[in-house]
Amino acid sequence: MSNSENFEAVASGAENEIASFDEDSKGLITRFHHALHTIPALVPLIVLVAAVVVFGVFLGPKFFSPFALTLILQQVQIVGIVAAAQSLVILTAGIDLSVGAIAVISSVVMGQFTFRYGLPVELSVACGLLFGTLIGMANGWLVAVMKLPPFIVTLGTWQIVLAANFLYSANETIRSQDIAAEAPLLQLLGSKLKLGGAVFTYGVIFLVILVLVLAYVLRHTAWGRHVYAVGDDPEAAELSGVNVKRTLISVYAVAGLICAFAGWALIGRIGSVSPTSGQLLNIESITAVVIGGISLFGGRGSILGTFFGALIVGVFTLGLRLAGADAQWTFLLIGVLIIAAVAVDQWIRKVAA
Amino acid sequence: MKKLLACSALAMMCVSGSVAGADEIKACLITKTDTNPFFVKMREGALAKSEELGVNLSTYAGKVDGDHETQVAAIETCIADGAKGILLTASDTSSITSAVAQARDAGLVVIALDTPLDPIDAADMTFATDNFVAGELIGAWAAATLGDDAANAKIAMLNIMVSQPTVGVLRNQGFMQGFGIDLGDPNKWGDEDDARIVGQDVTAGNEEGGRRAMENLLAIDPMINVVYTINEPAAAGAYEALKAIGRENDVLIVSVDGGCPGVANVKAGVIGGTSQQYPLLMASKGIEAIVAWAKDGTKPANTPGKDFFDTGVALITDHPVNDVESIDTDEGTSLCWG
Repeated sequence: MSNSENFEAVASGAENEIASFDEDSKGLITRFHHALHTIPALVPLIVLVAAVVVFGVFLGPKFFSPFALTLILQQVQIVGIVAAAQSLVILTAGIDLSVGAIAVISSVVMGQFTFRYGLPVELSVACGLLFGTLIGMANGWLVAVMKLPPFIVTLGTWQIVLAANFLYSANETIRSQDIAAEAPLLQLLGSKLKLGGAVFTYGVIFLVILVLVLAYVLRHTAWGRHVYAVGDDPEAAELSGVNVKRTLISVYAVAGLICAFAGWALIGRIGSVSPTSGQLLNIESITAVVIGGISLFGGRGSILGTFFGALIVGVFTLGLRLAGADAQWTFLLIGVLIIAAVAVDQWIRKVAA
Repeated sequence: MKKLLACSALAMMCVSGSVAGADEIKACLITKTDTNPFFVKMREGALAKSEELGVNLSTYAGKVDGDHETQVAAIETCIADGAKGILLTASDTSSITSAVAQARDAGLVVIALDTPLDPIDAADMTFATDNFVAGELIGAWAAATLGDDAANAKIAMLNIMVSQPTVGVLRNQGFMQGFGIDLGDPNKWGDEDDARIVGQDVTAGNEEGGRRAMENLLAIDPMINVVYTINEPAAAGAYEALKAIGRENDVLIVSVDGGCPGVANVKAGVIGGTSQQYPLLMASKGIEAIVAWAKDGTKPANTPGKDFFDTGVALITDHPVNDVESIDTDEGTSLCWG
């Protein structure tokens, strides 16, 4: 390289600080703002801790006991699992309204295959998981290949799956006592582990492991980065060599599989196979995702946030009940939280841009 | 587009009208949903009676409990269809009254099944379970079963939903009356000051809601020993919550409905007692009433002393007590629905 062509030399003499923000003068708020932007799960975590502390102070040991705190985990396990599936879909800038219906029909398949057709219960569970995956895959195919908007696709499959669920099951409940006697595997995820006063069910442990695994996969594997890329800008992702269609289909299929696991956990939790359960899971899961700080526009947020979001709803529900408030106040407060979460999201994005 | 639809609907009506013949009586059954076994049974009863009496019955249902719009559209369709009468289980008991008035003005007889309208005389007649009595029976049974301990009972009230629909209020307040709790305002729950009530929560009438509500109330007081539930799925959920802390054997659960899985749960000892209602009877009585109205314009009469026709309710338990009439689970099973 000859000296006359060394254009970079000029740059080396220039002041390095030219393009930086004046961080020090803006102080704490800017740094906090920056932290919120880089760690999207931070806001819901702060809200969660604050909520636990506030309820703990007001309600004392009644709330701040291992029993009550692990009870919250048990109460949010189904919504939490479904919300993990919902997070994957929303990260691709989609939405899945059929999550609850998939969970319920999967549980019905597990129950009816065992009790109506007499299949071995292990096989029935596998069939239920497969069934959920297939519905998810169908959603993904309609979104990715047929290019239909996810909202419309899943609005349709939600109704189809729910109706199929009622038609197939004849809306008959399989009683808890029958399941315990003949097919206890169906209730596996409801089994308990006790550590002192704390009670964990296998379903809760499954939820925690699921969240950790997804958090790792989304951050550290190619597939995970592709999910974010597709959600952020599908054209750019396509141009960078991401197979957008395959990524989308796989996301919806994995979401379906996770929902089927939620269906299994549902049997463990309520004991019986009930086709009328889980009707509000789609709304509740979207609530958890939004409060957890995942952007509905896709490509931004973290699965840990969703987990905290689900817990926030659980903490408020139990805390307000223990405080003696009427159940209506819970709904009202959760509504406020949703709007607050989106407002905070907008505020964070301002600096992002 | 709307015009086109209306035209084609009209054309279809003419076609079906001519096929059906001039003297055939048309009737409509509108239920809250077509998935709840209670309404499925109601539809079966109505269809069977219609066939027997030669009535042309159309059935409609909301998509979910609380789906008011679909029910209004169904009433409008029935009026346009020239039906003689409508059997209705309303989702929104007060808002539906304007659509009901429209139907009555058009000469239809409107009969509320199971759920009274608000006000009750907005319909020509109501065929229903006396839900207050249903609650009273299980309340009185629970109090008698506890004996002297009833004075220090710790009671959990598991209701239906926050909007406090009539049926839910009647069962809740009936239970309290039967148990011997001062009601306060009998038109709502939650205003009682009896210290024996640990708390009230809502269940959406299903297992998941029942379990969650029970857990919430157990967190307030783990020594709850009487649980009132709005229906049997909620009771099954509450039982799971109690089982999780090992207290399923020392708590008395009572419920209302009398569905077959519920009666099986009474037999198995999960539920102590339940008040059974009779949806099939409501529906068949309703069809008979529409036929009577179409033939000579007579309307059915109230049960003496009540502002509706009482289709009856029976307490099912295998542990009968003095002073509270009951039937056992074998008889209950032969009468159960769903």
